Amino acid sequence: MFDAYTSQILTFIGINSILALSLYITALAGQLSVGHAAFMGIGAYTSTLLMTKLGWPFFLTTTCGALAGGFFGFCIGLPTLRLRDLYLAIATLAFNIIWVVLVMNIEAFGGALGIFNVPKATNNTIVYISLVVLLFFFYRLKDSRLGRAFRAIEENEEAARAMGVNAVYYKVYAFTLGALLAAYAGALYAHFVTFISPHDFEVDRSIEILLFVVLGGAQTFIGPVIGAVLLTLAPEFLRFLAEYRLLVYGLMFVVIMLIRHEGLIEEDTFSWKRWSKIFRRENRAPAP
Amino acid sequence: MLAQQLINGITLGSTYALVALGYTLVFGILGMINFAHGEIFMLGAYIALLLVTIGHLDIFWSLIGAMAGAAVLGMIIERVSFRPLRKVSILAPLISTIGLSIFLRSLAQVIFGAESTRFPVSIKTEFYQLGPFQVSLLQIVILAVSFGIMAVFQVFIKKTKLGKAMRATSESLHTAGLLGIPVDRIILLSFAVAAALGGVAGVLLGLNFNAVSPLMGKMVGLKGLTIIILGGMGNITGAMVGGLFLGFVEVLSVGYLTSSYRDAVAFALMFLVLLIRPTGLFGRVVR
Repeated sequence: MFDAYTSQILTFIGINSILALSLYITALAGQLSVGHAAFMGIGAYTSTLLMTKLGWPFFLTTTCGALAGGFFGFCIGLPTLRLRDLYLAIATLAFNIIWVVLVMNIEAFGGALGIFNVPKATNNTIVYISLVVLLFFFYRLKDSRLGRAFRAIEENEEAARAMGVNAVYYKVYAFTLGALLAAYAGALYAHFVTFISPHDFEVDRSIEILLFVVLGGAQTFIGPVIGAVLLTLAPEFLRFLAEYRLLVYGLMFVVIMLIRHEGLIEEDTFSWKRWSKIFRRENRAPAP
Repeated sequence: MLAQQLINGITLGSTYALVALGYTLVFGILGMINFAHGEIFMLGAYIALLLVTIGHLDIFWSLIGAMAGAAVLGMIIERVSFRPLRKVSILAPLISTIGLSIFLRSLAQVIFGAESTRFPVSIKTEFYQLGPFQVSLLQIVILAVSFGIMAVFQVFIKKTKLGKAMRATSESLHTAGLLGIPVDRIILLSFAVAAALGGVAGVLLGLNFNAVSPLMGKMVGLKGLTIIILGGMGNITGAMVGGLFLGFVEVLSVGYLTSSYRDAVAFALMFLVLLIRPTGLFGRVVR
């Protein structure tokens, strides 16, 4: 249907969108994580090792990879709960760096060189089915009990507690779910690029995932996906700039943040009310 | 052996302390992180390098030049990434400065090339024996400069009128404004001071390792964050003590563990401090 190049970019767009959504769900409960690349790596390594060492089938290894990520997310989320905002961000960043150094020093995991010849199993069908299921989940989440609890905590944790929302439970829930999704995306990634090393999951990747979410806009679940799509395509479109590519890429964030403080997509971007209001204003005759 | 490691640790740690002071100054006043601080550090080193090689200045004037250049850069960053976004959220300046750090790092790579450059040392390699310690002239210069600057900074913050205005601003932007302190100018000034400290640290680290590279700011930037967590965000004494402490820990972990764990030790330490005492070792207890 598509040539190899287009198909590859489509796969990366899909995987990055899942990653963006994995961070978005953590952010929904008001938590900022800069360690999602480590969870992604946990998923990638678990799935790869289960498949190469034990010969398990793809659907089982990705599931186990996701569960392993969720387990670590739970273990990290529980103690770091008392931290907020920047403190939590920096704790997760530290976790990411420690994870990379540890994996680099474990010979059984291929050390700093990584693992070559990961069996290729990911295709666009499985990536986009996962993405559509996720999008449906987020569409339904917004007005569900869970989604409302998340939003209450994000807006004001004390008030949410006072209203009887079990903040601890929901925050760990959100963090674990985010880690699980990131690990699933990591497993898909490993079985697509067929080569993984600790360097693929460094802090830079975590920051990139954060950029997807904030640049796209964290007010709706569409924002992070748009952010992931644009930032996956941007390096391809900027290729003609050669060594000046990263200069433009970096400046892009500065400019977009100056123009759109809340990211590209805001809550009312898709609302009928806003656009109809704008059109009506244009049609109305100017006041005398 | 241990005595020698201690000297190396203090030398490295005093540079870290300068970086951390820059972070903590900005955090203390705005409650935000300047993610491009590591890149200011790196560009400070390059400015000094240019002044030494092309400008034929001695190391003292190169240091002054690096401070001035970094201060200007800091003020530009405040105007572009902080002032317009100050009231939006803590995320917006974070993302904006991440973008700036990508921009500045690749700018340095375009101009100076990706590989590291040797720093032409104009300081004689002489060693002095002070009791059990063997200290090189270079280490003495680094220690003198960094501790000198820290002392001046302490006096500036504690005794001068401007320093007092800065402390008032960090207590509360709003109240300070009501009391007639020109808050915007004070914030601009603290960015300049923070950047100048970062610039000097870059030059000193370049001298210490005899190498300057576009990527040197990244890890040091992250370590600066570690230190202000260790010492308590916004806490000046904490940043200085934390910097020295991290220098020690790193030098000792390279000496007695394998060097591949060096970076992990620093961050593992920070992770533990965050879990046990989230306000840092010197931090005030906040709600």
